[in-house]
Amino acid sequence: MIELKGLTKAFGEVKAVDGVSFTARDGEITGLLGPNGAGKTTTLRMLYTLMKPDSGQVVVDGIDAAVDPVAVRRRLGVLPDARGLYKRLSSRENIAYFGRLQGMDEATIASRIDGLVKALDMGEIIDRRTDGFSQGQRVKTAIARALIHDPKNCILDEPTNGLDVMATRAMRDFLRHLKAEGRCVLFSSHIMQEVGALCDRIVVIAHGHVVADASPDALREQAGTANLEDAFVKVIGSAEGLAA
Amino acid sequence: MKTILTVFLKEVRENIRDRRTVMNTLLTGPLMAPLIFVLLINGIVSRELEKAEKPLPVPVIGAANAPNLVDALRQSGIIVKDPLPDPERAVRDQEADLVLRIPDTYAEAWSKGEPAQVELIFDESQRDAQGSVSRLRRILDGYGQRTSTLRVVARGLSPTILRPLVVADRDQSTAQARGGMMFSMLPYFFILGAFIGGMALAIDTTAGERERQSLEPLFANPVARSRILLGKLGATSAFALTTLLLSIIAFSFAGQFMPTEKLGMTLSIGPHFALLTLLAMLPLVFLIASLQTLAAAFAKTFREAQTYLSLLMFVPAVPTMLMSLFPFKVETWMYAVPLVGQQITITRLMRGENVAASEVALCFACTSLAALLVYLVTARIYRSERLAIST
Repeated sequence: MIELKGLTKAFGEVKAVDGVSFTARDGEITGLLGPNGAGKTTTLRMLYTLMKPDSGQVVVDGIDAAVDPVAVRRRLGVLPDARGLYKRLSSRENIAYFGRLQGMDEATIASRIDGLVKALDMGEIIDRRTDGFSQGQRVKTAIARALIHDPKNCILDEPTNGLDVMATRAMRDFLRHLKAEGRCVLFSSHIMQEVGALCDRIVVIAHGHVVADASPDALREQAGTANLEDAFVKVIGSAEGLAA
Repeated sequence: MKTILTVFLKEVRENIRDRRTVMNTLLTGPLMAPLIFVLLINGIVSRELEKAEKPLPVPVIGAANAPNLVDALRQSGIIVKDPLPDPERAVRDQEADLVLRIPDTYAEAWSKGEPAQVELIFDESQRDAQGSVSRLRRILDGYGQRTSTLRVVARGLSPTILRPLVVADRDQSTAQARGGMMFSMLPYFFILGAFIGGMALAIDTTAGERERQSLEPLFANPVARSRILLGKLGATSAFALTTLLLSIIAFSFAGQFMPTEKLGMTLSIGPHFALLTLLAMLPLVFLIASLQTLAAAFAKTFREAQTYLSLLMFVPAVPTMLMSLFPFKVETWMYAVPLVGQQITITRLMRGENVAASEVALCFACTSLAALLVYLVTARIYRSERLAIST
């Protein structure tokens, strides 16, 4: 379970995140929807302790990130916005590297990679060097790398960014698979339809603020529209920076 | 410790697969120095030897004014050439190394027993011509002395009357020390080798990783950034150390092909030299790796990092240049200055001089301290938020 309480972060004069609070629960998919530049990535970066919030608190499974950031990172599987791979290493070596950094032993790493290869359908690419991978193959490797240690909480920043239709569908199935395993899944997106189709709970962010935090049904009700996308546009105030 | 090792092994494995890096570490870095050296030394030696024995062509103006002198020049290996129309200009334009002018007044002054003047036209700033000039001057002086001796004897006096003072040279420099002068560039080549060997990794592990957008996911792992940094520094140092080791070995090998004995000097490059050089250089390698990583951490891109690190390479040249330009007496405190300490230690070792254990220890300790300081600064930079952000 992930709890964010009153997070703020400013870069110079610009308040990128201005009082963001929400909770992502285990066994649920929580979507962070907002136009580009709304503060989604900065919020997630504070969550996985890459950045320190100016004020506010991050709590993961009851652990305060300000007190024990390493323990928090151990409980998180993170697919950041930046998802570069090591080109001269094979997909398997890329994944195993992160497994070792998580403190796993070689046998566990090997069996866990087998499981991820099946779940992500990576059989053909697992032993190839990642140089020359397609965007989809790169994202699969990056996700396997992020989840090698079987984390209870999965954070994915725009996981379908740059993927083609087939890869996007596979990604959505995989997120549902993670949810079915009882994990807490939190992902960000600026694609309304994707968030609508996947999420148990939707947190809408605009200009660094949370403007809505509800289930899809409640959100429709709140906005008084039958269409979820209309509801999004209504709570944000404009459709700029969003995608259908 | 396990984390450091994991990062270290991954960086080594990844970079060993990069052919250009491996070439730099194993070939270009270590072989460049001894190769340049052998070529340089062989060039100097053969040129010196050639000059000493070869007949020296000299344009002589007014040869008819002093037939005896000209004969004496010919006997001493001078080829008397036709006069030039404008000797001063010819020397300035380097068309001739030197020109001898015998004025019309020569014969008259000579027969009267007055000092007869000849003019030697040359360019002092022309290093290449200096050997020829001093050779011709020696021949002329010899001719003058012989003549004066004959004249004194002809007047019934002892020729010793002309030499009230005799200076005997007792040169105290050892052959090794004379050799060492020439080799004062060598420590720089070793240091440069360490720079080249670690450069690719320092860039790849910091600026490169950021440019490829892999630093942010790396930092999302539950490990302290200082551990990651130590692993990366270890890999950078390992490559630099490999280059250094190979260059010491290559130099020890190449030293046997240098015609040092022709210059009357011996080089002490045995296992003792190699071992102590390695010891003095060890903390410096870590210091250089930290400096390179620090510089690369400030760069946003691979290219920017390359620019910074290339500039950084000039730093070790400064003490080398100062030390060869301004001769100085070695003081103990100099061993405490990183780069200078290594420079002195290696130079003295090569000359076969004794370097005290305390001096090596001082050099080692102070450079280690500097390396630790730079590491701490780099670790600070590594902890900053901005470092991981690629865009």
